[in-house]
Amino acid sequence: MLAERALELIRELQRSLDGTLPPFNEDKVRQVLEEMRALFEQNQKDVSATVAGESGLFSGVQLRHAALERNKRCLLAYIYNRIQKIRDMRWEFGSVLPQDIKYNLSEQEVQWFNKYNKCLANYMRSIGGTGGLDLTQDMKPPKTLYIEVRCLVDHGEFETHDGNIVVLKKNSQHFLLRSECEHLIRQGILEHMVH
Amino acid sequence: MSLDALENYYDLDDIISTNEKIPCKIEIPIYRLGYLDSSSVNEHLTPGSKLEFPFWMARSLCSRKRHMVSVEMPKQYREAYREILTADASVVDLHKLGPYYFSFGIHMLKFELPESPDVAKILVKSFQQRFRKVMDSSQNCYNEDTSKLTDKLDESEILLFRAGQHGLNEFVRWETRQTEKLTTSEMVKNHRKRKRAIMEDIG
Repeated sequence: MLAERALELIRELQRSLDGTLPPFNEDKVRQVLEEMRALFEQNQKDVSATVAGESGLFSGVQLRHAALERNKRCLLAYIYNRIQKIRDMRWEFGSVLPQDIKYNLSEQEVQWFNKYNKCLANYMRSIGGTGGLDLTQDMKPPKTLYIEVRCLVDHGEFETHDGNIVVLKKNSQHFLLRSECEHLIRQGILEHMVH
Repeated sequence: MSLDALENYYDLDDIISTNEKIPCKIEIPIYRLGYLDSSSVNEHLTPGSKLEFPFWMARSLCSRKRHMVSVEMPKQYREAYREILTADASVVDLHKLGPYYFSFGIHMLKFELPESPDVAKILVKSFQQRFRKVMDSSQNCYNEDTSKLTDKLDESEILLFRAGQHGLNEFVRWETRQTEKLTTSEMVKNHRKRKRAIMEDIG
């Protein structure tokens, strides 16, 4: 059946779980584009034959056209939904993606991610007075300025804004500025201790 | 996917649900596309031959303006199944009949077949009847295995169920004062789990 390959792309994307992105399936995308080219050329041929006087070809043209539109929809949806996911990842993982996720992006997607990063950084710098405003912070309303945290992994040295150096060793506990360690909690390096 | 994304051009579920097959009969010859019908060796699709087309293809060949193929209701929407749904919709395994029973059914209505009004009625009725159960179970099942509850649901019902579960979980978290605790992002957690699984596979 026509447009079967394009649907495989869609299914592949739908199966993937939250927090993962399957590798960009360049091979299959190319196959879909080839199918589309074949359909388009056949349609062109039939149209010029109709102009030359042959009749009854319209139904075939219509069918192929539907398949073309379908393929187009699948390809666009594939790219669009991947981009949406990559955008969400910027907010969850921060401005640097883990290596194994980056490995699964196509070249254009890496470019898009870098541009999105730049856009977001520029916007965050432009609002909220001189220092800018980090929108990825305080996703939940803060209750206190300082919070108690415990390290879940060995992370190494961490320099706070006032110049002190804290060594983040596994299972050590610290009392830190919430604004400074929130992103470390989001990334699973620290655990927030609530009593 | 979100609930309001039904019939969105980019929506993955909508794309998959419009690929469901419909029995069709060819009305006028379609030249040089005989390969679509694997049961015949003919070079062309000839009038009178019957085959199954996916919804998106049938839709472009059969509408008020065009009539290249004629379309029949797929069997899960026919009289026999409608009777089963009328008897008691809440015990029917719609996942087996669908899994996009409702959204595909709505798509089928666009063909304006003689039985369309009946199908429309049965879709609304069974949705109403089943919704009670879906909502009830999603609001009262906390920290349990939900696969038994969802395995007979249609895809759109599963979305509703998940929405209900999400609400319940958030409410309990608020009640037990867990909302103020900062947590690791779900996406990062999932990513970790997966990475660990891969590492263990290698080791």
